[in-house]
Parts: sequence; C-alpha cells; structure tokens
Amino acid sequence: MKSSPLDYLNNAAGPRAQSILPLTWFTLGISIVVCVIIAILLWFAVRRARQQDRLVEMRSIPVERGGNGIRWISIGLIISAVPLAATLVWTMLTLAAIAGPPAHPGLILDVTARQWWWEVQYNGLQPTDVFATANEIHIPVGVPVLVRLHGGDVIHSFWVPKLSGKTDVIPGQTNLSWMQADSPGRYLGQCSEFCGFQHAHMQFDVVAEPQADFDKWQALQREPAPPPVSPEQTRGLALVEYRCGLCHRVRGTAAGAISAPDLTHLMSRRSLAAGTLLNNSGNLVGWIQNPQNIKPGSQMPNQYLSAQQLSDALAYLESLK
Amino acid sequence: MVEAALSKPENLPVGPIGRHGVGWWGIGTLVVSEAALFGYLLFAYFYTGATAPPGWLLEPAPRLTLALPNTILLILSSVVAWWAEQGIVRQRRPQALIGFGLAFLMGAGFVAVQWLEWRSKTFSLGTSSYASLYFVTGGVHVAHLLVGLVILLFIFGWTALDFFSPRRRLVVSAAVLYWYFVSIASVLVFSTYYLTPYLGFGQ
Amino acid sequence: MRQPDFRTPAVGTTSIELEARLLRLWETSPGLKGFLTSVDHKQIGIRYIVTAFIFLALGGVEALIMRLQLAGPNLTLLTPAEYDQLFSTHGMTMIFLYAAPVLSGFSNYLWPLLLGSRDMAFPRLNALSYWIYLASGLFLYAGFVTGNGPNDGWFNYVPYASRDFNPGLNEDFYSLGMVFLGISTTVGAANFIVTAFRTRAPGMSINRLPIMVWGTLTASVANVIVVPAVSLAFFMLWMDRQFGTQFFDPAGGGQPLLWQHLFWIFGHPWVYAIVLPAMGMVSDGLPVFCRRPLVGYSLVALSTVATMILGFGVWVHHMFATGLPGLGLSFFSGASIVIVLPSAVAVFAWIATIRLGRPVITTAFLFFSSMILLFVIGGVSGFMTASVPVDWQLTDTYFVVAHLHYVLIGINVFPVVGATYFWFPKMTGRMLNEQLGRWNFWTMFLGFNLAFLPMHLTGLLGMPRRVYTYNDYGGWHALNLITSIGAFVFAIGVLLLFVNVLRSLRNGAVAGKNPWDAPTLEWSVSSPPPPYNFAVIPTLASRHPLWEDRLGNEGIVSNMDRGMLLDEGKETIATTALDAAPDMVLEMPEDSFAPVLLTLGLAVLFVGLLLKVWLAVGLGAAIAALALLAWFWPRSELRERTPAHG
Repeated sequence: MKSSPLDYLNNAAGPRAQSILPLTWFTLGISIVVCVIIAILLWFAVRRARQQDRLVEMRSIPVERGGNGIRWISIGLIISAVPLAATLVWTMLTLAAIAGPPAHPGLILDVTARQWWWEVQYNGLQPTDVFATANEIHIPVGVPVLVRLHGGDVIHSFWVPKLSGKTDVIPGQTNLSWMQADSPGRYLGQCSEFCGFQHAHMQFDVVAEPQADFDKWQALQREPAPPPVSPEQTRGLALVEYRCGLCHRVRGTAAGAISAPDLTHLMSRRSLAAGTLLNNSGNLVGWIQNPQNIKPGSQMPNQYLSAQQLSDALAYLESLK
Repeated sequence: MVEAALSKPENLPVGPIGRHGVGWWGIGTLVVSEAALFGYLLFAYFYTGATAPPGWLLEPAPRLTLALPNTILLILSSVVAWWAEQGIVRQRRPQALIGFGLAFLMGAGFVAVQWLEWRSKTFSLGTSSYASLYFVTGGVHVAHLLVGLVILLFIFGWTALDFFSPRRRLVVSAAVLYWYFVSIASVLVFSTYYLTPYLGFGQ
Repeated sequence: MRQPDFRTPAVGTTSIELEARLLRLWETSPGLKGFLTSVDHKQIGIRYIVTAFIFLALGGVEALIMRLQLAGPNLTLLTPAEYDQLFSTHGMTMIFLYAAPVLSGFSNYLWPLLLGSRDMAFPRLNALSYWIYLASGLFLYAGFVTGNGPNDGWFNYVPYASRDFNPGLNEDFYSLGMVFLGISTTVGAANFIVTAFRTRAPGMSINRLPIMVWGTLTASVANVIVVPAVSLAFFMLWMDRQFGTQFFDPAGGGQPLLWQHLFWIFGHPWVYAIVLPAMGMVSDGLPVFCRRPLVGYSLVALSTVATMILGFGVWVHHMFATGLPGLGLSFFSGASIVIVLPSAVAVFAWIATIRLGRPVITTAFLFFSSMILLFVIGGVSGFMTASVPVDWQLTDTYFVVAHLHYVLIGINVFPVVGATYFWFPKMTGRMLNEQLGRWNFWTMFLGFNLAFLPMHLTGLLGMPRRVYTYNDYGGWHALNLITSIGAFVFAIGVLLLFVNVLRSLRNGAVAGKNPWDAPTLEWSVSSPPPPYNFAVIPTLASRHPLWEDRLGNEGIVSNMDRGMLLDEGKETIATTALDAAPDMVLEMPEDSFAPVLLTLGLAVLFVGLLLKVWLAVGLGAAIAALALLAWFWPRSELRERTPAHG
C-alpha cells in the first residue's frame, strides 16, 4: 500500500503543518476514547435488557421511577468539559502561532487559481526576473514562503497537506497563505473547494529543494525559450505561435496569450493538466490532440492536428526544458 | 383517594374576540419572518459596504428631499390606520372607512413618490452591488407595501359590508399590524440607505 | 339564530351519539375531493411521511450510482457533469426534501394527539405547507430529470453558481425551487409555534410537553427566523443570473462571501432543525421501552433550546478557510466547541434512562438506542472540525462527509425508523413485523457503519470531497470499495423497512389502543384514531397520564374519560401559553380547496419565472390571489365577522 501523498496525519514536512499535527492527534484520540466509553456504557446499559423472540407483553414489566439519573448527566457534563476546555485553549494557541503570515518571508509568490489549473508567478527586482509557470511551485528548504492567492474565476482552495492547511482562493479579494518545508521533497497539492467539472483534476506540486538548487531552477525559469534548431522544431514553433499562442505563452516567441498555462519551460514540470498526466511524450501528444477525452470539460479544445503537425509540435515543445 | 383533574371553564369566548385569538399569533409569526427578511437585506448592505473599496456609495450624500417626507408619509399612514381600527373598536364605521381609505391613498402615494425617485436615479439595477442592493431592497419593501394596499382595499370593502364589530375584528387588527410592520420596515430601510452615509458608513 | 359570543362548554363523558356527531363534524369527504381538500392533520402527516420516504429512496438511488462510480479509481460510469448533478441533487433531496419534511410529517400527525387537541391551530395552513412541499419537490426534480438539476452542491457557492460559469437552467431550477419550498417551511413552522403555545389540552403546562414538542417547537422558531436568509440568498442569485444585478459578482463590487454568510446563517440552524425533533422522538420513545420516565426531562428540554440558541452563533465554522481574521475565527471556534455540551446532556440522559430502567429489546428500541452511539461518533467528528487549525486540514475532505452522514443518518434517519416502528401501530392499527424488523435494523446498522466509519480514514488520508474520480493513492481504492459495498448493504436495509411497511399494512398483527403500554395521550385513543382525535377533551395532571396509576402523582390524576365535549361545531379548545388554562373555544375550518388552489397558482407563477414567461407569472399570481381571497374572506362560522343581520 503506497502512502497517500495527500495524507496529513502521518507526517508533516514543515512548521505550519507540524503545529497542527499534535492537536489533530489529540482531538482524534479524545474522539476515539469518547466513542469507546459511550459504546461501553451503552453496552452495559442495554445488555440487562429482556431479550425475547416474540414481543413481550409490555404491561407485565413494571414502570418505576428511580435512581439518581441527574447524576449521570452532571458527571457526564463535567467530564466532557475537560477535553473541550483543553481543546479550546490549545486551538487558540495554535491559531495564534500559525495563522498570520511570516514577518520576513524569504519568498513571495502570486498564485492565481483558474478552472482547472494553477498559475504561479515569481517576482523579482527587475521586470525580466518576473516569470510565470503552472501547476508546479519550487521553494527553497527552510525558508518561509508567502503565497498571495488570487481568484481567477470561481472559488478554489489552496492546499498542500504536508505543509499547510487550506486557504480558499476567492475572486475579489487576495487571501494570504504561507508555508515552509523543512526537508527537501515533492509535496502534492490539491484544489479543495468544488469548482466545477474538473475539480477532481486540479493538483499541483510543491518542490522543496536546497537554496542553491532553487536558485539554479529560478535562473533557468527566467530564461526565455531557446530558439529552434531543427526543421521540425522550426515548423513546430510556427504552429505553436499560430495555434497554441491563442491561449498559451512561450516567452521569447510570438505566443503571448495568458489565459492558459505558460509553456516556456514545459518540460521542467512533472505533470500535465494540473496533475492529471505524467509529463512524457506519449501523454503530451495524447493531451494536445484530445484533451476532452482525458479531462472532459477542460478549457482546452481538441486540436485535430495531422500526424505531421503533431510530430512537429512535439519536437518543439520537448525543447522547452 | 385519587382525584381525577377536570377542567370546567366557564363563559369562554367562542372564536376570536378583539385581538384575542390564534390568528393574532399567526400574523405575528409572519411579521417576525418578514422582519427577518429585511434584517438580512440590511445585513447584505452593511456587509457588502464594509468589505468594499472606497467609492462604493454611488451617492455619498443621498438626497433626502423625496425620501424623508415619503417615509414620514408612511409613518403617518400607520397612525391613520390605527385611527381607522379605533373606528371599528368604537363602532364608528364612517371613521373606519375614512381611515382605511386615507391610509390606502397615503400608501399609494408613497409608491408613486418612490417610483418617481427611482426614475430620477442615475444608476440602474445592474450598475453595481450598491445599486442592486438599493433597488432590490426598495423593491422588496414596495412589494410588501403593495400587498398591504390590496389588504387595505379588502378591509375597506369588508368594513363597508358591515362585517366587523368591536368583538369580531381580528382580521382588521391583523391587517393593521401588517401595515405597522411595513411602515417600520420603511424607517429601517430609509435610515440604512439615506442616513448611515452621513454617519460615515461606506465612505 | 345568533350564536352566542361566550359559552360555558358542556362537560361530560363519551357516548355513541357524541362520537357519531363528532364524526359527522370532522370526517373528510371521500374520494378525490376529500383528498384535495382535506385539512385533517393525520392525513397531512401521513402524506408528508410517505412523500419524504419516496424522496429518501430517490436520494438513496442517487447515492448508490455515485458509489458505483467511486468504487474504483478512474472509473468512467459517469461524466463529470452527471456526477456533479447527482451529488448536488442527492444533498438537496436528503436535506430539504427528506430530512425536514419527514419530521414535519411525524410532528403533524402526532402533535394534536400528544397535546390532547383535535387538530393543529391552522388546519388549512397545514394543508398548504404539504401541497407546496410536494409542488416544490416536483419543481426541483423536473430540473433533475431534464438534465438541469442543481450541479454546484447543496450549498451552491458563487461564483460557480452564477451565469458566467453555469449558463444552463440548473441553478435557476434550484434557486426558484428553494424559494418556493421556503414558503412551505415557513408556514409549517408558524403552525407549529402557534399550536404549541395555544392549542393544548387543559393542564398540559409547559413542563409537561413531550420532548418531541420541544424539539419541533425550537426548530420552528429557528426556521421562522433563518429561512428568509436562504430564500433571500437564492433570490439574489436568481436576480444576478437573470437580471444582471451585482450582489455576488466582484467585478461589479459584489461579494462572493455574502452568499456564504447568508447561506450558513440559515444552514447551520437548519441542521439542528433537522435533528432536534428527531432527538425529541427518541426522548419520548426510548423511555417507553425502558419502562420509566426520561431521566432529566427539564435538563433535556432546556438543552434542546440551548443547542438551538448556540446554533445561531456557529455558522462561520463552515467558512474557516475563507481568509477571515483570527479574532472572528476564534469566537466561532469557541462557540462550536461549547455547543457540544448541551448535546451531551441528551446523550447522558438517554444512557441513564436505559441503565436505570428495565430495557425491552424491540426493533424501535434498537433504533432508538443505537442512534446514541451514532450521535456520539458524529458529534466527536464535529468537535474535531470545530478546532480551526485542525479544520484547515479536515475541511472539504471525506472526513466531513463521514461526519455529516453520521449526524444526519444517526440523528435523523435512525430515530425516524425507530419512530416508524413505534407509531406505525397508532397510525394504521397494525404492528410492523418484529422479525423482519431485526433484519431491517441489523442490515441498516452494519451497512451504515461499514460505509461510513472507514470514510473518516479516507478523509484523514487526504481524499477531497466532491470529486467524480480519484487516483489510487495509498488505501483510497480499498476504502472507497468498502464504502460502496456498505452503501449497498445499507440500502438493502432501507428496502427491508419499505417491505415491512407494505406487508404489515395488509397482514400486520392488529394493534390495540396501546400495544407498547406507553404513557402519553395518543395511546389513549383508538388505532388509528378517529378524525376528531378525542371525543372529550382530556385534562392533564402530569407528563405521563397513562402511567399515573403506577408512578403515583400526589393524589391527582389526568382525566381522559370526562371533559369538555365541544361538539356544537367543528371545535377544539385554545389554552394559555405557559399553564395551558383554557381561554377560548376555537372554531375550526372545514375542508377547503384554497390551499391546493393557492399551491397551483404559485406553481404556475414559479414555472413562469423559471422560463421567463410573464403571462404565466401573471396568471399564477391571479390564481394565487383568488385562492387567498377565498381563504381569508371572513366567515361567520369561524367567528371572523358578525353574522348577517336578520
């Protein structure tokens, strides 16, 4: 049984999720204990019952008041109040510790959620430092990251279980979330507010890597697309500019639309279509040609390219590392 | 010796006498529910305004020239309606008829003035959230008022047909209670839309 | 001849002549006319229950289809559009068309019998609330069967519900249908409130009310206050969609969170409204099978009211992830934790009642006692989500789906089935089969827990809710398969209930007046009761009139044999609110076409609004206006006007 990449109960990889974990286990533990106690009390109360295979004559069983029933209620309430009070206090403390964004974030990202993908924008001191990518966020290990959440269409929710709890992405306001990964790794994120047909296929990756690796990644992402080197790639570029450029952007080419994911460094990402497919040639071709079959309702229409066109497009796109 | 309880009331009213009857509780519950509706409409205004950027108020200083007298007109019509009910209570049918007729005219006048004021606005239903709230809240109020006018019409007619007496008049009291509610609702709507901007809300 | 304005009601015992006279005064006409015009609360109550169970079955089938789709990863039984309509319609059906109406049905049927009265305070309003429920349910389902069912979940967040993203009729059906249904809920609630306070038998003081009356009364007061919030929200949504208003569109200065606030201000009290009456049924039924009065009656009654009052102050716990400031979150988190306490009162009272009584295992007892455990499981999962940081991980996962099914099935469905076994003999004169009942219980209990207990783990392992398919991450496939199997087992259990009901209607053992030797007033009349309920109005001296001979009552007992006759017309007694002292003879209306006509007019009006056919809107309004006129035209037999002068 592989472990669930969205599981937040068995490990947490950063302080924001780690603060929540013991409280979660505490409330879970209390809950299980309470259920067991009630089940036992109920069992002991019921097992004294008259068991019969035909309806007993109810009138034959005497009706009596008796026993200090009120004591059950008062003792029960007093015992219940203790874990409730403890949870209340611990909740307030945890909330105070993790709710607010970090005072000195090492990185600030702008994430815009759209049906059904995640646009991630990295900022910088110069305009040429600004770049957008899609469905994959890289962060340096050990650094608090502030995420500004922008709603592009409907309400979505930003959730990386191993790093942080959920924050909704609401059009008309900018919500703030933050996360920090203390160990390197690839952490899966999932949209968690129903947003339409493909809510089920709206995932993203958060890749935490050492600062040096992050800097290298960021420098690479800032580069525009490399020029085509082969005839296929040249034809492919023309096709991409003409067709894909209606919605997508590839920096350094004439494809400049922003309503769909930025493809400039497409091949540097693990997945296609917001976690729906692994990013390899076969899937890429399948996705381009027939996205409605894989992710019905998605905003990308089927392309109906000829075999030659497909092969040219693939040749160019695979150069966008 | 065990004794069986026995209820043997004497001289009970048969049916509603004056305001004493289940119908009074019924109309009261309806009024509570409709009052809650206005509460939520006003909540929507305050919530949207509080979370909106500056410039949300399309009229930072709303003109009171039509709205204030109009609201006072409706409050006065409630006084008239009270007076009309007194006509039933004191068995003065002409007073009741004049009162209900006058209250009807005053209510109709309110609607007419409200219509004129709406026509004079530079914004329309879909201009912005402020505009939508303004027209829909006012519209819901006028709709309640129109229902009240229809009710007053029938109360007038039934009074003319000599249906009521000081004892048998619960439907009249219910109608007048509803009319009071519509007047109070207009005061609250007026205060929210026309007075709170002057107190600084939404600026 | 002038009827007197005051009268001393004749007091006596029952007789053949009296019963014959009352029968003539109270019975409904036969045939279709009687069916359409009846204002008899017992007929209306049974209609509510039957209709609600049909919707339960429909909602259940919707769930089973979804569970087939989710039984394995990446299955293609359903398209996303189909799945979205199924889960939304399932939620809408269960919460609005089953859970509340079934409780209205039991309350409608039972209240006058429990309260010692001959009908509800407003019999025509009662009929209206049923007809509108039926009409709005059909309206909502017309959308679903034409492929235009709601598709944004039962709580329907904007902007996805707005026209830009949801251009079809789906959301218009839902919006208008809910406004329509809201009328039924509101008038029904008004009827319960006035009945509870004004039409009880003499001596039934406020501390002698069955807990079920407390539960439904509390729920009704809440509904009167909060249903306008959701009706307004849906109305505003419909306006945004069809008339270009900007209530929720941020581009026009609108506020998407306004929807959530208005919806949840209604929604949270609503979920208490659909469990408190059912908890009341357990509080009234369980003691019968424990052969003793409920432990802590006053505490349970007060905790019912306290739960609802606190329930008004927790709605933001559905919005913890929306980016609200920490102070607000803390307040609502605290309130959501504190609200556990009044709920706990009922749980301990029930356990104490069983422990300190002499429990008798019957099917009804099994449902009433097992719900205690299901209640607690649902309650603790709710407690977990009350803590904001924990909720930030739990919300919108299958953990919440597990929670809501434990509270809704555990605190509504199980008590309702128990109530069916308990009161079916009173309603039909026949007993449900006990052996089949055991199969019914165990299949439902095991199937339910098999389906929903593992679902907590599914959510803790991160599976989000409202997804039409999923990948097989560690354990998700196995857990989902178990849930799907459990769902089918549970469905078989529900089917066994229907089978038991249908068979017992014809072949069930004949039930007498009081087969359970229960203590309250409804068991003092025949099974089924006559149309007039009580030939003589009883006088109450305690909470347990039929157990007074065994419990003792300080020398004074209730009187079911001798009392006011109230046979000079279709009459019952009205009493004061707290002490139930008689203060008026209430003249009751005859059967009437006005409720069904008004419903027809409103239905035409709403269809006109849906399709933007203004002629239909006008026609519907005219029919409705005529019906209202016929209804409220003052009548002398109801003492609404002076009689015509001679």
